[in-house]
Amino acid sequence: MTEHSSPSLLVVLIEDEPQIRRFVRAALEAEKFQVNEAENGNRGLIEIGTRRPDLVILDLGLPDMDGIELLRDLRAWSNVPVLILSARDHEADKVQALDVGADDYLSKPFGVPELLARVRALLRRSLRPHGDDAQVARFGGVEVNLVQRLVTRNGEPLHLTVLEYRLLTQLIANAGRVLTHRSLLRDVWGPNHTENTHYLRVYMSNLRRKLEDDPNVPQHILTESGVGYRLILS
Amino acid sequence: MPPSEANTLFQEDPRGRPPMPNPEAVLVCVGPGPDSERLVRRAARQSGRTGAPWHAITIETPSVSGMPEPVRSRIFATLKLARDLGGETTHLTGLDPVAIAISHARKHRLGTLLVGRDRRRRLPWQHGFAEKLARLAPDLELLQVARDDHTPKITLTPLFSRTARNTGWRPHLLAILGVTLVTIGSTPLYGRFDPANIVMLFLLAVVFTALRYGRGAAVLSAFLSVAAFDFFFVPPRFAFEVHDAQYLVTFTVMLIVALVVGQLTAGLRFQVSAACEREQRMHALYEMSRDLSSAMNVPQIITICQRFIKRVFNSEMAVFVPGPEERLQLADGSAPLRAADRHMAQWSFDHGQNAGWGTDTLTSTLAMYVPLKAPTRQCGVLALVPDEPDWELAAEQQQLLNTSATLIAIALERIHYMLLAQDAQVRMASEQLRNTLLSAISHDLRTPLTVIAGLTDGMRLANPPLSEPHASLAEAMGAEVARTITMVNNLLDMARMQMGNVILKREWQTLEEVIGLSMGHCASLLVHHQVAIDLPADLPLVELDTRSMERVFSNLLENAAKHTPRGSRITLSAHLEGAFIKVSVTDDGPGVPPGMEQKLFEKFTRGHMESTVSGFGLGLAIVRTIIEAHGGSVWAENGPDGGAGFNLLLPLGEPPELPEEPDPPHVTLEPFP
Repeated sequence: MTEHSSPSLLVVLIEDEPQIRRFVRAALEAEKFQVNEAENGNRGLIEIGTRRPDLVILDLGLPDMDGIELLRDLRAWSNVPVLILSARDHEADKVQALDVGADDYLSKPFGVPELLARVRALLRRSLRPHGDDAQVARFGGVEVNLVQRLVTRNGEPLHLTVLEYRLLTQLIANAGRVLTHRSLLRDVWGPNHTENTHYLRVYMSNLRRKLEDDPNVPQHILTESGVGYRLILS
Repeated sequence: MPPSEANTLFQEDPRGRPPMPNPEAVLVCVGPGPDSERLVRRAARQSGRTGAPWHAITIETPSVSGMPEPVRSRIFATLKLARDLGGETTHLTGLDPVAIAISHARKHRLGTLLVGRDRRRRLPWQHGFAEKLARLAPDLELLQVARDDHTPKITLTPLFSRTARNTGWRPHLLAILGVTLVTIGSTPLYGRFDPANIVMLFLLAVVFTALRYGRGAAVLSAFLSVAAFDFFFVPPRFAFEVHDAQYLVTFTVMLIVALVVGQLTAGLRFQVSAACEREQRMHALYEMSRDLSSAMNVPQIITICQRFIKRVFNSEMAVFVPGPEERLQLADGSAPLRAADRHMAQWSFDHGQNAGWGTDTLTSTLAMYVPLKAPTRQCGVLALVPDEPDWELAAEQQQLLNTSATLIAIALERIHYMLLAQDAQVRMASEQLRNTLLSAISHDLRTPLTVIAGLTDGMRLANPPLSEPHASLAEAMGAEVARTITMVNNLLDMARMQMGNVILKREWQTLEEVIGLSMGHCASLLVHHQVAIDLPADLPLVELDTRSMERVFSNLLENAAKHTPRGSRITLSAHLEGAFIKVSVTDDGPGVPPGMEQKLFEKFTRGHMESTVSGFGLGLAIVRTIIEAHGGSVWAENGPDGGAGFNLLLPLGEPPELPEEPDPPHVTLEPFP
């Protein structure tokens, strides 16, 4: 109880592989989280309903029900952050899970540091008091003043087009989360353009050129292959 | 009125009124005359101009049925011509051709009747076909076509009936016999019966004769009856003189009644026999088509056809179907026939025409070849070899043969598409099985790897930290697990590509983003190298499968990192080259072993066989497979300074438009209230 103020945060882990449960639990407990395990979907829903966790880690391939179904069910009555675990090959599943309301995903196999980083980021978002949205977002040398609509990089004012700015504010509002192509296109270009992923690629490329130190090795505006984009504030 | 409008106007009448005939639609009556062919061609031309439908009908009346074979063949040939020219053809039977033609025209809303000019003026009360049409159907347009008197005429020798029993003198002798018997039988009644009743007996004989022996015998019987009645039963007996003039009325009425009743009865009889014959033909066809529709493979179709052809045409048959390069071969289950020649069948197939015996082409052979034409393709050729050498097809038989050829063709076509569908289904099922299998293997391999990786991480990050020898052991384990994961991914990817075709999900993508992904992916491998990325800012979008291309660049970077010493420089650059975009990954390491430039891209090939570098030699093979699936190419070469260079060319497409964004001078507008 040194790093976190009591009471310790509660994570429900829904995963059918006992060995994966074992090391995830060990990793989380080392970070002073309290972990409740569930080996199938129904058990998981009961755990979430009774224990009211701060975070849910959900494997998509469950023996008794589809992880997507569970998520849809869960989202009807809870806003708890959900981190998806999934096999590498199923981008479509990940996109679907994110569209249904998952907050982030990790592909198997994954490393413990990566897992902990995602868990911390999600908890930071959800524990931030509501309505306390920062008026200024900072990452790298970039500062975005959301009230004055002013973007500077290393102190120099930066010129963004209307769409670039709108895209950036979407990313900032969901910093740390993966935003699917579809949802970004819908929110920035409108519901008629959800298939035009090439718009997004060109504008992301422009944003990176303006905001990243090395646009070829982006540190903040990250691509999630086949799924979408994520902004990492630092 | 444009033809299409004319069509739709007369097809449907939403208010339910009786349909108006379409004045553009044409009906041609094909008769025995030599003009029919000209009529048909004329109708085809006219409909070609207007686009309206046209029908050609032939009406089989007793007199047509009695005509000699060449004339009948000509009628059917003309009908076939009409069909080939796009007309709808129908074969009708009846006594009154005029009424039948009119009713057909009204039923099919054909507004124009196309007929030949009447040939000769008959007796004053007789009217030609055209004249009768004009009188009975004043609402239909009538077009008389000029006569062509140069057409060779076939001399008509009408027979009364076609069946053997009714040809020659036999029916007439029997008619005479009938009258004689009635005369003898009635003699005892003379004086006791009123003569009018004896007339009834004669009429009975006429009816009977007409019923059994046809029209000619009936006429003869009618005249003989009147004569016999006069001679034997009207006073003075045994003389043709008549004292009482009222008997003249009796004779006249008797003759008329006998003739009319005889004609009607004979007509009835003709209709019945024609109907029977048609019914038999239809029945045979129906049976075949029913059997064909339940046939599940080609040999079954062949057996059904053999049965039908044997029964109806008394012939042996063989079916040829197109093999590779449209070359015909005997169908499965079709026994080879000595007389059926594959080359002749090929000719028939290539030209889409009947050939061989009884046709216009290569008539000296023993077999007849009929192409099997189905709606979408030619399915083969039917070869017919008659059992009797001096065999001849009547016109109806020819038509029956054509119809059955169509049925066989449709059955073969159905089997053809059924096999295609089955094939596609099997392919789909095996594709699905493959994916399931790979997913299962992938899951089963990755789950333990995930666990090992996780547990190793747990050891490395343990609190309190592990003491020295153990900490570096955990570190080494972590590195090996990472490498194993890469190898498993490579193996699975290669298996996926080998088992099925590479399925790309192509989208318009910036090269920068894909390379960024690969850089992120290989970051841990590249920490000891200097990586420079040189991408022009104005590179166009490229249509590629993001995940596969990410794999390509990852493999190339990983390859460079593995085969160069620490601290080496790796450069990734791209530029346009004509219709391609060229991407190169070069390093300043030892370079590719000479002679290995091509072999490196083969599976399980490694530059240095006894190298300490781990791997299966799959990375570059995967690169090549993916690049080739994108329509590009990849090759290796050593740079001028000795380092290895891997180059790939990707074809540029036409990227989709990006809408121009109106660009305000600055976004720092007024603050929100």
